[in-house]
Amino acid sequence: MTAPASSSPVAETAVPLPAKPTVWRKLLRSPNVVVGVAIVLVMVCIGLIAPLIATSDPTAINPGARNRVPMATSTMRMDDGTRATVTHYMGTDTLGRDVFSRVVYGARVSIFIGISVAILSVSIGLVIGMAAGYFRWLDSIIMRIMDGLMAIPAILLAIAVVSLSRAGLASVIIAIVVPEVPRVVRLVRSVVLSVREEPYVEAAVTAGTPTLKLIIRHILPNTVAPLIVQGTFICASAILVEAILSFLGIGIPPDVPTWGNIMAEGRQLFRIFPHNILYPGIFLALTVLAVNMLGDGLRDTLDPKMEKRG
Amino acid sequence: MTGPILEIRNLTVQLPKGADRKFAVENVSLTVNPGEIVCVVGESGSGKSVSSHAVMGLLPKGQLTVAGGEILLEGENVLKASANRLRDLRGTRMSMIFQEPMTALNPVVTCGEQIDEVLRIHTDLPATERKEKVIAVMESVRLPDPIKMYDAYPHQLSGGQRQRIMIAQALVLDPALLIADEPTTALDVTTQAQILKLVAEMQERRGTGVLFITHDFGVVAEIAHRVVVMQKGHVVETGTATEVLTNPQHPYTKMLINAVPTLTPPQREDRTGEVALETVKLCKVYGGGGFFQKKREVRAAADVEIRVRRGETLGIVGESGSGKSTVARCIARLIEPTSGGIVVGNMDIAKLPERQLRPHRKHCQIVFQDPYRSLNPRRSVGASIIEGPMNFGMSEADAVAKARDLMKLVGLSPDALDRYPHQFSGGQRQRICIARALAMEPEILIADEAVSALDVSVQAQVLDLLDDVRKKFDLAVLFITHDLRVAAQICDRIAVMQNGVVVEHGRTAEVFANPQHAYTRSLFEAAPGRNFQFARVA
Repeated sequence: MTAPASSSPVAETAVPLPAKPTVWRKLLRSPNVVVGVAIVLVMVCIGLIAPLIATSDPTAINPGARNRVPMATSTMRMDDGTRATVTHYMGTDTLGRDVFSRVVYGARVSIFIGISVAILSVSIGLVIGMAAGYFRWLDSIIMRIMDGLMAIPAILLAIAVVSLSRAGLASVIIAIVVPEVPRVVRLVRSVVLSVREEPYVEAAVTAGTPTLKLIIRHILPNTVAPLIVQGTFICASAILVEAILSFLGIGIPPDVPTWGNIMAEGRQLFRIFPHNILYPGIFLALTVLAVNMLGDGLRDTLDPKMEKRG
Repeated sequence: MTGPILEIRNLTVQLPKGADRKFAVENVSLTVNPGEIVCVVGESGSGKSVSSHAVMGLLPKGQLTVAGGEILLEGENVLKASANRLRDLRGTRMSMIFQEPMTALNPVVTCGEQIDEVLRIHTDLPATERKEKVIAVMESVRLPDPIKMYDAYPHQLSGGQRQRIMIAQALVLDPALLIADEPTTALDVTTQAQILKLVAEMQERRGTGVLFITHDFGVVAEIAHRVVVMQKGHVVETGTATEVLTNPQHPYTKMLINAVPTLTPPQREDRTGEVALETVKLCKVYGGGGFFQKKREVRAAADVEIRVRRGETLGIVGESGSGKSTVARCIARLIEPTSGGIVVGNMDIAKLPERQLRPHRKHCQIVFQDPYRSLNPRRSVGASIIEGPMNFGMSEADAVAKARDLMKLVGLSPDALDRYPHQFSGGQRQRICIARALAMEPEILIADEAVSALDVSVQAQVLDLLDDVRKKFDLAVLFITHDLRVAAQICDRIAVMQNGVVVEHGRTAEVFANPQHAYTRSLFEAAPGRNFQFARVA
């Protein structure tokens, strides 16, 4: 072949391309992410310092101060025998428990459930989805089971799972995780199916990379961004489902303050004393909104398909 | 109309801050006269597409902004036109066809309606007249059975037919200017020849001015009246096609033309090394069906028998869907063949299960087509190169030392090992892929369209490199390509495939001089610029 004019051996060194704004920088620029994170952080702080800001024991029954309206005061006898005047910022419920303290403690349960359900369903779904996407023969078996699970409404499935065991934190978490897993499996499987066809994965196969190493090294990293996004949405929906289960009386036992429980107890006198439902409702709505905003913001930044053009 | 249809004067388009240069195109001037085909040639990043998109007013907002110059379409400056006026001009006075007809057509609207839409927007014709007009234009682009095709959806047509629909859509209102942005790059060579013929014919019949953007000098030789050569945003040479192709003035043009491989293969000696790879009646049937689906079968490869000796390059040539990649992937055992044998050394590896296959993975390595997807973007190139040897028990220090040697061998600096793939150009990445394959010390190297995605000058360098490593390591090379020019230059023997069958097989020089099979002959006839003797100037 005739030598091209510039076929001098090209001992080029790589030219670093212009730096792209890092993911963190991009995330900070998204108002959704900033607002979402701010509200979630506030809720987490409230949950963490609940004993410090609660005005009284959230489970203490005070028959003398039942159904007080917000900002009402009552005198309480403390353990050491002294009496103290307590302001009920959000009123009291039918047993005279302080709603503000209960809402503050309820944040703990909601956020714990949201985060643990997100982590559990993402990790379980990741393993199953990887298996379904990578091993062809497992695929139809796993996916038909997942289709079956998806065909039952999540809330009914959760009720069924709870009713199989005693009510408690663990069974509620399991009940919410089970219907969320198929959604994660589908997501992971679709990522695996598209990535396993990438030439760099095939190159690793021809390089004799063992299957497990191949999955962890070349396929797994591609699922991280979509899973973070999916995880936040699962977190938001878990908080909601927990509240619904508690509201229906099949979730966390009623003596534990959760937002759903408080609303369930306030239901009967809702027309006369709306505060029992209003305040936990506001907290619930704010938290779910914030987590969803965070999820939207993350998706816009992490998912290249959502990136706006021009 | 006597003046030029399109006149671009000193067009400058700015790139966003932080790009590798300040302007996408700088001071570009060119004209298209009525009834003239002007080819804009250049490698990727030369600014040829940016100029044409600027004419149509299609530059992405906020990223590329016109910083100076004028674009006169029949005397009217389109850069100053309002959005409404621009919309009127598109379709009626100028129109555009794109590289990938599948994505440029709306998949959920029938082809006829998509052409009809142009008429609906720009004219007040009643429905019956519009339909007549659409059928007429579909006939004029030589679509078979236009009445039936009016109701067909894009996915029901072949690539060439889709591109004809695009052209019909572009020409239905008789625009003065047709911009064709690499319209044949995604097509097979025989289809490409038909489309080129069609464009030339339409231009002749209707007197349309055509701005034809391409990277392929074969296409230029086939179709152009005048040529504009662009490099890095500048016009480096303009002239009539014969002038530029036979007597290029600018060194860049000379380099580009010299890099075009000739269709005349050099005489080569027969290689007599031991047989490294042999397939025996290799078949691959893609079939499917799960629980509820009907079984559908496609025979991608049928009774393929090839043999490659050490030190020899066997080319597998064919169009898309001919099964050439399937054969390569079977040999690399990325997919399992349905029947037949693959003999490597003295072992038949066709049916080995994955566990027993691993020791054989070393012997056969593959270089893929797309340099942007064949390296894991999250791992440094060093990590990619040492992965294979370390899988087979080499210590990290030894593997890194080897990787440094290989980087030198493929013409890259060893210090670039800890960089990431996005920091390299396409040609550099392909060198890295070759280094990664060589790290395994293979006996067989499969190059699956390994140079097809590269610019012609880079292509020549990578081909040289492949030939060098073949000699140096006495490799058996299986070279898969759709490009006859490339095959002529590098292959000792070639096998021509069509619909999964090897239709012709022989020494490259013999097949090129005297093709036996009708399909082989049609491939040669379709090769763009085959009758053109490109200037060979030093």
